[in-house]
Amino acid sequence: MIRTIILAVENRPGALARITGLFSARGINIESLTVARTDDPTLSHMTIVVDLDDVALEKLLKLLDRLVDVVTVTAVDVRNAVERELLLLKVRHEPGQKLELLKEAEIFRARVVDVSPQSYVLELTGDEEKLEAFIRVFEKYGILELVRSGKVAMARG
Amino acid sequence: MRMKGTEIFVESLRREGVRVVFGHPGGAILPIYDRLYDAEIRHILMRHEQAAAHAADGYARASGRVGVAMATSGPGATNLVTGIASAFMDSVPMVIFTGQVPSTLIGTDAFQEADVVGITRPCTKHNYLVLRIEDLARTIREAFYLARTGRPGPVLVDLPKDTQLSECEFVYPEEVKLRGYRPVLDGDPEAIRQAAVAILEAKRPVIYAGGGVIASEGAAELRRLAEMACVPVATTLMGLGSFPTEHPLSLAMLGMHGSWYANMAINRCDLLIAIGVRFDDRVTGKIAAFAPEARKIHIDIDPVEINKNVRVDIPIVGDVRRVLSVLNAELEARLKEHWTEAWEAERQAWLEQITEWKRIYPFCYDFDERVIKPQWVIEEIARVTQGEAILTTDVGQHQMWAAQYYRFKHPRTWITSGGLGAMGFGLPAAIGAWFARPDRPIIAICGDGSFQMTMQELAVVAEHRLPLKIVIINNSYLGMVRQWQEIFYNGRYSASDLRVSPDYAKIAEAYGLRGYTVRRPGELAELFEQELLASEPILFDVHVAAEENVYPMVPPGAAITEMILGPVGSKRIADSKESIA
Ligand SMILES: Cc1ncc(C[n+]2csc(CCOP(=O)(O)OP(=O)(O)O)c2C)c(N)n1
Ligand SMILES: [Mg+2]
Repeated sequence: MIRTIILAVENRPGALARITGLFSARGINIESLTVARTDDPTLSHMTIVVDLDDVALEKLLKLLDRLVDVVTVTAVDVRNAVERELLLLKVRHEPGQKLELLKEAEIFRARVVDVSPQSYVLELTGDEEKLEAFIRVFEKYGILELVRSGKVAMARG
Repeated sequence: MRMKGTEIFVESLRREGVRVVFGHPGGAILPIYDRLYDAEIRHILMRHEQAAAHAADGYARASGRVGVAMATSGPGATNLVTGIASAFMDSVPMVIFTGQVPSTLIGTDAFQEADVVGITRPCTKHNYLVLRIEDLARTIREAFYLARTGRPGPVLVDLPKDTQLSECEFVYPEEVKLRGYRPVLDGDPEAIRQAAVAILEAKRPVIYAGGGVIASEGAAELRRLAEMACVPVATTLMGLGSFPTEHPLSLAMLGMHGSWYANMAINRCDLLIAIGVRFDDRVTGKIAAFAPEARKIHIDIDPVEINKNVRVDIPIVGDVRRVLSVLNAELEARLKEHWTEAWEAERQAWLEQITEWKRIYPFCYDFDERVIKPQWVIEEIARVTQGEAILTTDVGQHQMWAAQYYRFKHPRTWITSGGLGAMGFGLPAAIGAWFARPDRPIIAICGDGSFQMTMQELAVVAEHRLPLKIVIINNSYLGMVRQWQEIFYNGRYSASDLRVSPDYAKIAEAYGLRGYTVRRPGELAELFEQELLASEPILFDVHVAAEENVYPMVPPGAAITEMILGPVGSKRIADSKESIA
């Protein structure tokens, strides 16, 4: 089952390695990971997405919590957290398709952030479902390149 | 006051109450060694950094204080790793200092550079690279605090040479501020109440006690619990010494080479009280068959251990000693109402069953008049020392025999590499233990294979004339490996033969120590009586029956009651088939 873990971590060298080390030592693959500073410059916010069952998740959360650098750790899901991801998509625009392409981008509220003679770079923010739907729709134009930021999440309330 | 890094180092250690450190010098840590030259802190020059870490470990376990080891960068630091990993597995409080190349050279593949914080990250409780002199005092303060509080463990501090040499204003922080570190010491009162009720209601309770009892100084509380609630106690390898072996409620050690009766009791109990343990695979055997009928209480300071290997019914996170004292008070109050003759009779029936199991199959071996049996060597050590010595061991058969046949009386008198099982631990750990407890006899029980991994430390014994006794259980084999090969690999003794070995007594002599070679049972008893408690270092090379096996034994993956009992044991069980039925 896909899980999202959010952590507040001391903003110090080694903290990230210590955290990812817990995953790699147990053969747990990280699906996505984002880290950045928060309003408090001494704290980083981390969002980690993994595929784990309940028992393994419980163990992992306790291991994370045990790390001296980890200030708080929680597993969240869409019901109790806001989750967003950023997508950059480079897509071919054949003559005659441009208008339709831009219209479809508009429907998703994607923005064009770069234009070249053969392609656009589109930027889209949303939850996982929206991004997946967007990718499905744009496949037909010929995707040249695709990058996802990995999810960031924040508990609601 | 402005101070240099080296000055801050010494002053901080002084404030932490450090009296002795174990180490080995080298280029990147020379500034600190120069400062140690005329410092109050005693430095013991070990002959290999692994031994420095084991010595700090032995010191910590014998005393309950934080052990300190130090080494230079690169190879010095990598040599420490085995010792750090062993301390980590056994939750031993240690602070390790390593020199590092100057910060300007870090990342350049400089001479003797190694990413020491990277290498030791998975085997330390926490570690630090101190790049700014302003962080040094606070880091040392935190390192000692982390090492000894919560679940203890090794903490490493990596010190680039320029940090050691720079200067800053010295402030030793009063308080440690670590937002992410808040060990829970007091157990949840409601869970403790539930535990008390469960203990009184159980018909066949058993305590499974481990290293956490010793780490928390909780042996007295454990004993009180057992006696008050009439509960037998099995200890893990790490828990030996937390409950006296000769106590009527003692089940000795449980697990792979534990007593048959402890494993039987665990198998049949209806309540398992797990205290400061981690349900290690060497204890549980096949998990599904471990205490299958029992409700389970688990007391441990580390929440990670709760439900890690075995699901428990009543988890209590907290310091073992504190939890036990609250639990005991709760039990005492409740016992007044709960006690009836019927209750007492039920407990007695359970204890009688256990006594019967003890009679059917105690630890046993065939005594031999021509060749020394290794088990008997340990029994002789127990007899001569009256259980008052501190034992350290290496890893292998001799370690298990020591665990099985010594009569433990006190906590902190059994020092062994349990979780990691690092051969070569015994001698350096004994050296460390001596600096903690020079008042007690200290005996290193070594395997002939293991001893060869750290025997260079005889130089330290000689240098300080440490009155250690080193007893080599010499079976001319990597015995435990040979035993597995005999039982599980058709007797194909691949690379386990040590027939070409040195004369260990002569090696002792080469270091200026006395050494004896003992081959006949007749010599042993008298020699031990005369020399085992002597006030000088002595090595005993005891040649024992080469192909003796450690029994009973749970084969890997089997239930803990599916024990191989060995020739003697099987006979006994056959003899008493009637009484079992
Ligand atoms: C450093 C290390 N290497 C290998 C092993 C695997 N091992 C476990 S016991 C053992 C044999 C130990 O032989 P010895 O010290 O003579 O003890 P004995 O079993 O003969 O009593 C070995 C090789 C280990 N535990 N530690
Ligand atoms: Mg041997």
